[in-house]
Amino acid sequence: MKDPLIVVLLSTAVIAGTPLLFAALGEILSERAGVLNLGVEGMMLVGAVSGYIATVQSGNHWVGVIAALGAGGMMAAIHAFLSVTLRANQVVSGLALTIFGTGLSAFLGKGYIGRPVPDVFKPVEIPVLSRIPYAGKILFEHDSLVYLSFLLVIMIWIIVFKTRWGLNLRAVGENPAAADSMGIPVYLTRYLCVISGGMLAGLGGAYLSLAYAPTWVENMTSGRGWIAVALVIFAVWHPGKAIVGAYIFGGVDSLGFHIQAMGDKALFLKDVSPFFLQMLPYILTIIVLIIVTSETKKRRVGTPASLGLPYDREER
Amino acid sequence: MSGLPIGRDRVLVLEKRGHFSQSAALLVPVISIICALFGGSLFLLATGYDPVEIYVTMLSGAFGSAYGLSETVVKAIPLMLCGLAVSVAFRMQLWNIGAEGQLYMGAVAASWVALFHGEGSRLGVLALMFLAAAAAGGIWGLIPAIPRALFKVNETITTLMLNYVAILYSNYLVYGPWKDPKGMNFPLSAVFPEHATLPYFGDTRIHLGLVFGLIAAVMLYIILWHTRWGYEIRVIGESPVAARYAGMNIARNILLVMALSGGLAGLAGMAEVSGITQRLQPNLSPGYGYTAIIVAWLGRLNPFAITGVSFLLAGLLVGGYNMQMSGLPAATVSILQGAILFFILGGEILTKYHLRIRDARGIEVAE
Repeated sequence: MKDPLIVVLLSTAVIAGTPLLFAALGEILSERAGVLNLGVEGMMLVGAVSGYIATVQSGNHWVGVIAALGAGGMMAAIHAFLSVTLRANQVVSGLALTIFGTGLSAFLGKGYIGRPVPDVFKPVEIPVLSRIPYAGKILFEHDSLVYLSFLLVIMIWIIVFKTRWGLNLRAVGENPAAADSMGIPVYLTRYLCVISGGMLAGLGGAYLSLAYAPTWVENMTSGRGWIAVALVIFAVWHPGKAIVGAYIFGGVDSLGFHIQAMGDKALFLKDVSPFFLQMLPYILTIIVLIIVTSETKKRRVGTPASLGLPYDREER
Repeated sequence: MSGLPIGRDRVLVLEKRGHFSQSAALLVPVISIICALFGGSLFLLATGYDPVEIYVTMLSGAFGSAYGLSETVVKAIPLMLCGLAVSVAFRMQLWNIGAEGQLYMGAVAASWVALFHGEGSRLGVLALMFLAAAAAGGIWGLIPAIPRALFKVNETITTLMLNYVAILYSNYLVYGPWKDPKGMNFPLSAVFPEHATLPYFGDTRIHLGLVFGLIAAVMLYIILWHTRWGYEIRVIGESPVAARYAGMNIARNILLVMALSGGLAGLAGMAEVSGITQRLQPNLSPGYGYTAIIVAWLGRLNPFAITGVSFLLAGLLVGGYNMQMSGLPAATVSILQGAILFFILGGEILTKYHLRIRDARGIEVAE
């Protein structure tokens, strides 16, 4: 039986949204601890290429996942060292990380362009759950990394909002001086959050090269790292809202593809140039960012109070 | 006593300097570049290349011949204009990373004039292209500035997103309506009429855009240090709270500065199409708008320093092309660029802090 169009659309939205979700979850951790990391794009690219190379070399996609986690974490460690220990400007440091990561990924991936992935992540139907009408097809007929992302949303939500450790983490992002005087290790917390955030960005990149594409192309993230940063604002630093946002953006991301695939059935949309269709996720990001920011400004919620500010113990 | 333990009873600590250190400010960029090149050489060694050979190739490629030197100047032109563009925004803590898109929109607008309104005197056509490019870049800078001024919408993300939109739009034109019917189906616009191209200096490819860049640097210097507007820009950048108390209109300044910033980057686009490619085509810029961020930061946001630094990073680009011929991927240049920025950022702490060695009782042993 052929699935209704809306089910197909939503199902691909989940897949296209998953790399965004991983990266956004990572950025939520980092920003909750007060460190803005604009290097997501670079970390994703290095994660994508490392995951790809490790999979090609080992023949096992899980080795690729571990490589991507490690590579993303190492990239983030540079940012942590500069912005936490050396108190450098976080915006510029993140930009440097993106420039560096773009170059590094292209350098490493040079000899691998066009090589097939020996072990692609394939969809696994979850028994029982995938039988649920519509929702089963949309949510539970994907590869294991999608399910991992579901688990991560729940885990990060619990850690950040329901544990002592999460309370400490948020305190470090809101008021590091107060956290410090309560004996919370500010620098250590920030390091841990930035590095685990980078690992998740790397994983998001590997999802692109091992499951979504699945191949390595230079600059294959094409702005998804930045969209993930925007998603964090959209989600008001909340993992549960990030998943919704990620799928909305995933849906728009894959919309152009669907419209082209529909041919004449796409009505007036079939005459729209593919270049304009490709603009949609970027334009949507801008519009959503404007709406969300003007709304949250009215409700006075959101940004961790010390986001982007380095902490200097001596100035306490 | 916090600090990094180094040996028995000795810790390395960072102490706030009483004042900003001028000598450190000058030394840091130089040492940063040296450190980045050294770090790069370790990376090259690890990946099986001979760093000495590579660096010699790069240096001689960029600065070793008349042709190399002139190419370095050619690449310095867009870097200078974009570097100045982002620096004036950065000074106000406006993170305009959209110079790439503003450059493309400037190029599109200039091409529009050249292709469809190219009649008239050379001076007239060029002036029109100049104005169109500055206006298009300025508008592209204003689009993210308006929500930033009204609702504090994060301009880093919006300016970056608009880069993709601008590049896609430019590609749409050259793959679609502006494609040259006589161009064998290549995604290129028709060649500009001769009076829509910038004049060259001698028989080099160095074009009049260089003068735009130099004038822009002087103009920016005058604006920043000799006008009331520049004074406001500097105060807002250093302390928005103080600026508000002093009754400065921050929203208005955000709009003006982003329009100026975008306009300058737009001129870089005009310089590229009118001076170099003489037509609109894809991949106009190898990321000048992003390299400009490094140029601006290396030049410590000072217009004259930026002018100088743009030649250095242009040399890195030209040297990079030479490096490709010895089998190294073009991406190596981005790696080096990122590394330079890392070292500058890391080194900046030395302009604000002393590095001192203290013993266990906290008594200073050495600086």
